[in-house]
Amino acid sequence: MALVHVPTPPTTLGERLRWTISDSLTIARRTFSRLRAQPGELAGYLVFPIVMTILFGYVFGSAITLPGGGDYRSYLMPGIFMQVMAMTAAAAATAVGEDMERGIIDRFRAQPIARGAVLIGRSVADLSMHLLSLASMVAAAMLLAGWRAHGTLGQTAAAFGLLALFGFAMIWVGTYIGLFVKSGAQADAATFGWLFPMTFLANTFVPTEGLPAWLKPVADWNPMSAVVAAARLLFGNPTSHSTAWPLQHPIAASLLWSGAIIAVFFPLAVRAYRRISR
Amino acid sequence: MIHAEGLRKRYRSKEALAGIDLSVPAGTVCGLLGPNGAGKTTAVRILTTLLRPDSGHAEVAGLDVVRDAARLRFMFGLAGQHAAVDELLTGRRNLEMFGSLYHLPKASARRRADELLERFDLAEAANRRVKTYSGGMRRRLDVAASLIVSPPVLFMDEPTTGLDPRSRLGLWELLRDLVAEGTTLLLTTQYLDEADRLADQIVLLDQGRVAASGSPAELKRRIGGDRVQVVLRAAADVPQALDLVRRAADERQVEVVDERRVTVAVEQGAQSLIRIAGALDTAMIPVEDLSLRRPTLDEVFLHLTTS
Repeated sequence: MALVHVPTPPTTLGERLRWTISDSLTIARRTFSRLRAQPGELAGYLVFPIVMTILFGYVFGSAITLPGGGDYRSYLMPGIFMQVMAMTAAAAATAVGEDMERGIIDRFRAQPIARGAVLIGRSVADLSMHLLSLASMVAAAMLLAGWRAHGTLGQTAAAFGLLALFGFAMIWVGTYIGLFVKSGAQADAATFGWLFPMTFLANTFVPTEGLPAWLKPVADWNPMSAVVAAARLLFGNPTSHSTAWPLQHPIAASLLWSGAIIAVFFPLAVRAYRRISR
Repeated sequence: MIHAEGLRKRYRSKEALAGIDLSVPAGTVCGLLGPNGAGKTTAVRILTTLLRPDSGHAEVAGLDVVRDAARLRFMFGLAGQHAAVDELLTGRRNLEMFGSLYHLPKASARRRADELLERFDLAEAANRRVKTYSGGMRRRLDVAASLIVSPPVLFMDEPTTGLDPRSRLGLWELLRDLVAEGTTLLLTTQYLDEADRLADQIVLLDQGRVAASGSPAELKRRIGGDRVQVVLRAAADVPQALDLVRRAADERQVEVVDERRVTVAVEQGAQSLIRIAGALDTAMIPVEDLSLRRPTLDEVFLHLTTS
């Protein structure tokens, strides 16, 4: 068999960076190719948000009035945008869990791939898929629920930026979980159970002011509330008026929350990947 | 080419490896044999940098599995228990992806993928998704993926588990060819015939320890040379036959296998067989079957493992 010229591992910082980028791109391309092979899943990404818009906007929305006044559907939309971004954690955990199950993670780990590149490539590809999903959601919100962004272009961009950052942070939570399970199904079980309720235990669908006193602080300090409040503020949509610090300073709070989640879970996930022991 | 000393690994409650030594010369095949939970996979995971040993030390191709892990990953191929390829991608795309993860330039990765597809008889299926492949094809693709950089050492963890007999024979053929070209192969297996056919050296693991090691022939010799087996026509003749066979076989221990069958381990099998046959014939005991055989590795295995 013909011998192949084998490169040597990088030694300088520059080479390392180049390896990390090229490996991450290879892994990201893999994620996209997989998605192309599953048009059904892609359709799911695009259709799920529309279902949510109709379900919450019209079914629940018909019975809910905002305490402070304002259109409920306009109030609701930033909440659903956030929910779409939060569920990235479940998708990431499932995908990583499936790769663990099939031994692909082992194959990657036995190859001379730059440290962290497998996870970074995955997370970036995941984020772009979820942004596509968000775009479909926004289109649905505008067409079906009459939602509009009333802020400046800069404010609108900032709102989507905060949502994307939060989604990216949640991907790292999911990735970390995915590295501890033995299958995709287990990953699903290990995320959905707390994640989905957590998106409700916030200001996503109803203002936190009406919650019982023991529950209100939990909802006020839920990172998801900060993200939703920041988006409402920047979009110029109706918002609630909790006096809790994160909801008085939602932009700073959501930056801090997302930053903190990434600062904790990125290193944890990379470490867990290197030390997988089975 | 593979060298390990005192490898230990403990999981929370269980000692997976309790100090094993291993030495595999270049260009030979070592079969790690043992029941489930014997430590085979743990040993392979340590040798392929996937798992750090708690203590002990190992070198593959002259590189330390812990300190030189990054360089070592260019030197071996690993095919694990699952066919670790992406089902949703085509065969070619899989190989190209693994090639670029070895940092081969794009053109080389593509050329290498074509070579391997050709060699492993997958050229026709190259542009189909792996999902549509048979078990044997997947396994071949998996082996191809582990050979992208023509590594001098190949590790295979239960390579033929779940394959049909024809694919199994095909894979053995392929592995023998690779070894003939100079590859050093370490494979784990639960199948004794697989180790018997492929391995120059068998290391029998049991509960994290090396229970025995040696060539297949040596291991068979360890439980006593040849065996003569007598199957009688009538169960009632067993007591008399036992006595005759014992005398004909130099007073060796004769075992009753079932109600009409007795065996005895002998030296100089053919001579013993003739003597036993003569004794039975003289006593006019009707015999249904009389045979001389070497112990199978199954017998070695049962003899040497505790579980």
